[in-house]
Amino acid sequence: MGNVPSAVKHCLSYQQLLREHLWIGDSVAGALDPAQETSQLSGLPEFVKIVEVGPRDGLQNEKVIVPTDIKIELINRLSQTGLSVIEVTSFVSSRWVPQMADHTEVMKGIRQYPGVRYPVLTPNLQGFHRAVAAGATEISVFGAASESFSKKNINCSIEESMGKFEEVVKSARHMNIPARGYVSCALGCPYEGIITPQKVTEVSKRLYSMGCYEISLGDTIGVGTPGSMKRMLESVMKEIPLGALAVHCHDTYGQALANILTALQMGINVVDSAVSGLGGCPYAKGASGNVATEDLIYMLNGLGLNTGVNLYKVMEAGDFICKAVNKTTNSKVAQASFRA
Amino acid sequence: MAAMTKALPRRLVGLASLRAVSASSPEAAALQNIVSTPVKIKLIDMLSEAGLSVIEATSFVSPKWVPQMADHAEVLKGIQKFPGVTYPVLTPNLKGFEAAVAAGAKEVSIFGAASELFTKKNINCSMEESFQRFDAILKAAQSANISVRGYVSCVLGCPYEGKISPAKVAEVTKKLYSMGCYEISLGDTIGVGTPGIMKDMLSAVMQEVPPAALAVHCHDTYGQALANTLMALQMGVSVVDSSVAGLGGCPYAQGASGNLATEDLVYMLEGLGIHTGVNLQKLLEAGNFICQALNRKTSSKVAQATCKL
Repeated sequence: MGNVPSAVKHCLSYQQLLREHLWIGDSVAGALDPAQETSQLSGLPEFVKIVEVGPRDGLQNEKVIVPTDIKIELINRLSQTGLSVIEVTSFVSSRWVPQMADHTEVMKGIRQYPGVRYPVLTPNLQGFHRAVAAGATEISVFGAASESFSKKNINCSIEESMGKFEEVVKSARHMNIPARGYVSCALGCPYEGIITPQKVTEVSKRLYSMGCYEISLGDTIGVGTPGSMKRMLESVMKEIPLGALAVHCHDTYGQALANILTALQMGINVVDSAVSGLGGCPYAKGASGNVATEDLIYMLNGLGLNTGVNLYKVMEAGDFICKAVNKTTNSKVAQASFRA
Repeated sequence: MAAMTKALPRRLVGLASLRAVSASSPEAAALQNIVSTPVKIKLIDMLSEAGLSVIEATSFVSPKWVPQMADHAEVLKGIQKFPGVTYPVLTPNLKGFEAAVAAGAKEVSIFGAASELFTKKNINCSMEESFQRFDAILKAAQSANISVRGYVSCVLGCPYEGKISPAKVAEVTKKLYSMGCYEISLGDTIGVGTPGIMKDMLSAVMQEVPPAALAVHCHDTYGQALANTLMALQMGVSVVDSSVAGLGGCPYAQGASGNLATEDLVYMLEGLGIHTGVNLQKLLEAGNFICQALNRKTSSKVAQATCKL
C-alpha cells in the first residue's frame, strides 16, 4: 500500500468526510445528490424493507443472558432509528430457549412506536395465545427445508410442524393478526448438507398458502454463495410472488452481503439483519451469525436504495447493546467508525 | 442475471499479499520485527503450496518508511519458487527496482493513486511526478524483460479528497496501461465503496482499458469487499487481490479491518463454480500459521467458522 504511517495523523477530517457522503449518512431521502443517483444499479428495487431480528434471532444466539430491561432499552432505541419492523422476542418454552424466558415482560415493557411493527415468534398455539395476551399484533412461525433440522430443532417432522403452524396461522388470521413464515436451511443444512431448491419451494409454498403474508428464506448456517442463492430464489419465485419474499442471510462464511446483493438483483426487497451482527452460530463454535444491520444499510445507502433507516442511530443502538453485554460488535462499519 | 453467467470467468488468478503485514497498520507498526524472515518465507511457501498463482512477496521500499519490509532481499532469495507461480514485489522507485532485480525479481509492482492529495501524503510527490518515477521503472523493466503490474489506489474514495470521479480513475489507469503495465489493480483503499460505485468506476475504466488487463483490490473496512468483488466479476473482471486471513488493518480507521480475506473469497468463488486452483484447506493452514506467528485472530470468517475455538 505504499508508505503510510505518517498519513494517519493528517487525516483530520476523515470522519467528517464520511458524514458528508452517502457512505455513512442519514436516510437517503434528502441526502441524494444527482451525481450519486447515477450509481444506482438498474434492476434493483427502489425501496428495501429491513426486518431487524437482533432482539430475537440475535440475542437468542448470544451466550450471555441479557437482562430484561436491557432488551427493552435496545428495542426502544431501535424503534427510533427508522426501522419499521423489529422482531421482539419468542414465545417459546424457557426450557428450550432461556434467553427468551422473559418474553411477556419484554413484550409488555417496550414502547410501541407508531409506524413500527413488533412481530414475535410463536412456535405453537400455546405460545400464540400467550403472545396475544401480552399484546402482540404480529407473529412468526419457523419452518425448515430440512427434515433432520426440523427434528433436531423443534422435535418433529416438517409435516408435523406444518400442522402446528397451520393451527397458529389460522388462529392469527381469525384475529386479524399477520403471520410471517420463516424457512430455515434454505441454502444448506448442518445435518443434511445440500438442500434442494425444490424442497425450499415446497415448504415456502406450504407456509404461503396457509396464510403467511411473507416468507423469509434463511441461510441458517451461512453456507450459501451467490450461485446457490440465485438457484434457490429462481425456484421459489416460480411459486411465490416476489413481493412476499425476504432473505435472511447469516454471515458465518462472510458471504451474507454478496448473497443479499444477488437477492436484490433478482428483485427481492425485504432483508433481515441484526444490529451489530448479534448472535453467533450454534453450529460452528466461534463463528459469526447474522449479517449486521449497519453493514447492510451501508451497502443499501451506497446503492442509492431507500430504507428509511438512519445508520448513525442504528450504530448507536449497536454500541449500546455491545457495551451492555460486554462484547465486540460484528459490524465492520461500527468497527471502522467507533475508535474502540 | 443472465449477464452473470456469461460474465463469470472460468479461471481466476488470486493474489495473496504478504505486504499486508507491513507497517500499513498502527498495530503492525507496533509489532515491528515480530514477523521474522523465516516466518515470512514459510508463509509464502505455504501459500505457494496452497495453489495460488501470484503471491506478492515483499516490498523493495526503504526500511526507513516500512521497517517490516527491511528483509526484502532475504525473503525474495529465501522463498521456494514454485513452477507456474509468480512472485511480484513492490518497487516504488528505480533504486528499489534495481535492488529487486538484483535479488532475483521477475515481476514488479508500482503504486499509483487516483487522488492528488493521497499521492502527496503517501509518497510525497504530485501525481505527475509519480508518473515520471514510474516511467523510469517501466523503461528499465522493459529492457530487462520484467513484467510490471500497476496499482491505482483510492478508486472508490479517498481519505483526504472524499469522492473520486470514475473519469479520474480511468485516466490514471489508462496512463499506467499505456506506459507498459500489463495489468492494473484497482484498489478501494479505504473500503468505502459499494457495488453501484464499483460498477460506475469499472464502466468508465473499461472504456479505456480492456477488462482482461484489470484486477480489483477491495478492502473490507466497511464489510463491502465481497459484494464489491462480486460486482466486479459480473462486469468481467477476472483477477482479484486478497490477503490470507485478511491480514492488514486500515491506517485510516483505527481498529478497522483491511484486506479481503483470501479464504472468504475462495469460498465464494468455489460456490460459484469458478476455478481458482486454490486448495482451501491448505490456504486455511497458511492463515492459521501466520495468525499464530502474529499472535492475532484471523479476519477470515471462513477460518473462524472452520476452526473450532
